[in-house]
Amino acid sequence: MDDPHLNRDVLVALQEVMEDEYPVLLDTFLADSEERLSLLRQQKDAGQLMETAHSFKGSSSNMGAVRLAELCNKLEHRAKISPRSDLQNLIREIDLEFAFVRPLYEAERERSLFEKATVRRF
Amino acid sequence: MTAVQTPFESLTVLIAEDSAADRLLLSTIVRRQGHEVLTAANGAEAVEVFRQQRPQLVLMDAMMPVMDGFEAAQQIKALAGETLVPIIFLTSLTESEGLARCLEAGGDDFLAKPYNQVILAAKIKAMDRLRRLQATVLQQRDQIARHHNYLLNEQRVAKAVFDKVAHSGCLNAPNIRYLQSPYALFNGDLLLAAFTPAGDMHVLLGDFTGHGLPAAVGAMPLAEVFYGMTAKGYGLSETLREMNAKLKRILPVDMFCCATLLCLSFQRRSVEVWNGGMPDGYLHNIASDERTPLTARHLPLGVLSPDTFDDRTEVFPMAVGDRVFLLSDGVIDTCDANEQLFGVERLHQVFTANRQPEELFEEIERALRDFRGEARDDVSMVEVSLLDATQMRPPTLVYSDSGQSCPLDWSVSFEFRAASLKRFNPLPYLLQLLLEVHGLRAQSGALYSVLAELYSNALEHGVLGLDSSLKRDALGFARYYQERNARLDALHSGYVRVHLEVVPTGEGGCLLIRVEDSGKGFDIARVMERPAENVRLSGRGVNLVQQLGRNASWSDNGRSARVEFFWDALA
Repeated sequence: MDDPHLNRDVLVALQEVMEDEYPVLLDTFLADSEERLSLLRQQKDAGQLMETAHSFKGSSSNMGAVRLAELCNKLEHRAKISPRSDLQNLIREIDLEFAFVRPLYEAERERSLFEKATVRRF
Repeated sequence: MTAVQTPFESLTVLIAEDSAADRLLLSTIVRRQGHEVLTAANGAEAVEVFRQQRPQLVLMDAMMPVMDGFEAAQQIKALAGETLVPIIFLTSLTESEGLARCLEAGGDDFLAKPYNQVILAAKIKAMDRLRRLQATVLQQRDQIARHHNYLLNEQRVAKAVFDKVAHSGCLNAPNIRYLQSPYALFNGDLLLAAFTPAGDMHVLLGDFTGHGLPAAVGAMPLAEVFYGMTAKGYGLSETLREMNAKLKRILPVDMFCCATLLCLSFQRRSVEVWNGGMPDGYLHNIASDERTPLTARHLPLGVLSPDTFDDRTEVFPMAVGDRVFLLSDGVIDTCDANEQLFGVERLHQVFTANRQPEELFEEIERALRDFRGEARDDVSMVEVSLLDATQMRPPTLVYSDSGQSCPLDWSVSFEFRAASLKRFNPLPYLLQLLLEVHGLRAQSGALYSVLAELYSNALEHGVLGLDSSLKRDALGFARYYQERNARLDALHSGYVRVHLEVVPTGEGGCLLIRVEDSGKGFDIARVMERPAENVRLSGRGVNLVQQLGRNASWSDNGRSARVEFFWDALA
């Protein structure tokens, strides 16, 4: 079943690549994303907004946050053309979407740490 | 075609990405693929890391703070210089303009987000292949440059050696004009000139096959033979035989030397010609303004074995002021921009248009320049004029011994019979023998001229019975020499005897020369009565012998000639 918010296959692949560093990656992504969100809320300049949205889009897609990436893409394209009020709405949507997927990533983090603790390595 | 698997080489890869998560992910992927990773969080950092650590490949995020990927890429490319450092842009730009910007900025490829490991690995491999190709190209370019310098140096050395061996002979004589590139030697072009002991002039214009050192290397032995034999008084035919045999022996099968040889005689006012494979030379008769082509009638030197080699020459009369013009095929083969050859017709046009013989050289050079626009390296030309014998001053020979042990009181007699007369020229040996006498050395020119004259008279008019009056015009000249060769081939009896006697007289000495032949003789009285001719096309050379030697006389009905040479005490 395709999850519109989080592509689980991507997570599997990421864990496979990162191995022991997987939790670190997740933490880094979450920390980065907080920063970016705060920038989005503050930035007035359309150009800056566009760049931040672009950057956020990139890392979201890498991490399998499909809907989040889509929303950032929209913001990136509209940053220079849409009125401020529309953009504010979009930013709020992004905020909400992140709030939704955040616990999912945190759960994923817990799961991987637990896995590591219980699986015996030979 | 099977693909060659290149062995895996671990690279140092710089990853420039401002998003920490993406940077972490990419570093891990690349490290897992076996490479070493350096990281940078913005463009300026990327340039600095590159400057210090010189990674071999760069993965560059397009949008970064401080300095963006495009600017950083340009700076890194500038730092890399000739070396290829592939830059792969990381982008979630999908518009074609964005992608085009990547490539314009000097990027070599791009990778879209989300990162696909397989594609990334493939791109890194492909870029590495390119990188190594560029490195190979540079290495080979440097190697070629080194070899080229080495070759140039070899040629310099070879030329220096050749110049010592060949020296310029008498190319600077007043009757010779020539044009030759300083590197003609490495195009196989050769120009030699030297005086014979009798004061005649031998000239050789040659063209070896090939280019570079192989073409030059054959020139040295050839020059040695030419100068050595000419100095000893050998004629063209003997010198040709020796040069051909030498080249045939030492050169590889596909190498040979086209050549034209001249023997210009100021005394006899004639030119003897042998042309093996060279373009036509031209004998210019000033009085009639006619040019006689001197066509190649023989194969080049070094092709035929000694027993099949043809050393027959042609002889033409010349008047004072007449010129012989020789050229190498570089002239005829000069091409213009459309690959059209200058050709013989254009050369003839220049001849026809020429009014002042002195300007012929410049006119030809100008015509070639106008035709082609630049000079070729293998254009060689030489013009030899016949001056009056009194204007020619051959250099005196230099000897290395002190003369303390020279023979002062002796005599020797030779008899050369039919078989020898056909194939042997005794003159160089006789002259060498006489030059052992120190006191005679100052007169070697006169000695040789007199000996040569007496011997050729004895042979041609005496034994072969040729009539010298045949040589009254150019046609007669040709017929005379044809007849000479025919009769010599058919000769089976007859002789020429040469008797030499040296006796001391007080402080100096006296040489007596007597030459006898088995011919019919001639009417001495009648020949003595004839006034000295202005144009010396015929005659028994009686005047010459009388002028150069002392007490010349003929007896036995003209079959026996006798002349003396004296010398005083040496200082």
